[in-house]
Amino acid sequence: MRIEKHPILDFRRGKKIAFTFNGEKEEGYEGDTIAAALHAAGVKVLGRSLFLHRPRGFYCAIGNCSSCLMTVNGVANVKTCVTELEEGMVVETQEGKGVIV
Amino acid sequence: MKEAELVIIGGGPAGLCAAVSAAKSGARVCIVERNKALGGQLVKQTHMFFGSEKQYASTRGIDITGILLGELDKYKENIEILTETTVVGMYEDGAITVLHREDNYYKIKPKAVVVATGAFEKALAFPNNDLPGIYGAGAVQTLMNVHGVKPGNRVLMVGAGNIGLIVSYQLLQAGVEVAAILDAAPKIGGYLVHASKIRRMGVPILTSHTVKEAIGENYLEKAVVCQVDEKFQPVEGTEKEFDVDVMCISVGLTPLNELLAMRGCQMKYVPQLSGFVPLRNENYETTIENIFAAGDTTGVEEASSAMVEGYLAGLCAAAKIGCRPDNFGERKNDYVKQLNDLRSGPVGRHILAGIEQIVI
Repeated sequence: MRIEKHPILDFRRGKKIAFTFNGEKEEGYEGDTIAAALHAAGVKVLGRSLFLHRPRGFYCAIGNCSSCLMTVNGVANVKTCVTELEEGMVVETQEGKGVIV
Repeated sequence: MKEAELVIIGGGPAGLCAAVSAAKSGARVCIVERNKALGGQLVKQTHMFFGSEKQYASTRGIDITGILLGELDKYKENIEILTETTVVGMYEDGAITVLHREDNYYKIKPKAVVVATGAFEKALAFPNNDLPGIYGAGAVQTLMNVHGVKPGNRVLMVGAGNIGLIVSYQLLQAGVEVAAILDAAPKIGGYLVHASKIRRMGVPILTSHTVKEAIGENYLEKAVVCQVDEKFQPVEGTEKEFDVDVMCISVGLTPLNELLAMRGCQMKYVPQLSGFVPLRNENYETTIENIFAAGDTTGVEEASSAMVEGYLAGLCAAAKIGCRPDNFGERKNDYVKQLNDLRSGPVGRHILAGIEQIVI
């Protein structure tokens, strides 16, 4: 799902970054946001809605709408669409509102 | 508590221009930007701009950021840049509270503020509109043009305004199929030059059409669209199905200005400006002294006018706190003329009808 050839843009990808999503090993590139790396890996469902548990993906991709909240390294409600991926990150779908640590 | 002369909230086109303009007048400026990099939404705009040379027409949005940062660099001794810093409150004593990254929370006390927080994408109501795979058109633009990731394989674009048309073209450039573009209006809203280009590439544009429902279990698998009558009501028996894994919602933006509202600036709902906007004077100062606003936060328009509004608000805010250059009148007239020129077409007349309702 990565764009390889583009008429205007030249995507110089940084070094590979390993992380886990719900325990599974995934890979992204330096400079990716968590949501972009997950999307490139084919992950569309980032969480579940609070009451009806409907699937949630990102919506705005610029940190406005809170549709992409996940638990990252144990911290709940991280806006994954604007948070950069880091080596070894533990990314998890969040059930409920999350707990403030 | 950090002291500052002029704080500019938002480092997009309006904020950057406000910073350049105020620093040029001699004010000490502090830009507060929530993202890691400056540029706002210019960083994803690979298309060339319209307008005139002064607003960088024929230059791609992605390159305008570089030009503005170059301008900023000329006045760097007067400009401080705080990135990854979000303004979370503005208070009656003039203090603003900010959060840097996740744990560094502090106050800034400026003499004046220019709020240039932009706008955000609207959603559209239809059954299952919350399924993953349904994204704002701008979100898809960010995913493709900033992160180099395709949103999916086949897209239905909802909205034939300029953003819908431009993002459709950019999807094709990225090698993604666009099944169709819909618009509930009987006519294409965006520039015909964009629409013709996309039609030539074989993408149908269905006017007087809307989304009836989205179908999918965990993410979008199918979209049902239908025709609407002149009262925008669905016409029975006109349903069509599209096998798409992505739907882009491009039904306009609405100003992002909760900070102004929470601070107590008088706000008004103005349809022509796409939502609640602050009342302001001709210097872009709101109903609270020394709080200025510029760009989409004062009414959704275009990046070109946001830049000029930024220059104007930056000039006036600097003058208000004692940095009034000798050529103040000349510079102000130039910016006002540029805005009038940008608003001389039919879309501009619509915007002006909105502005009339908020200038006090």
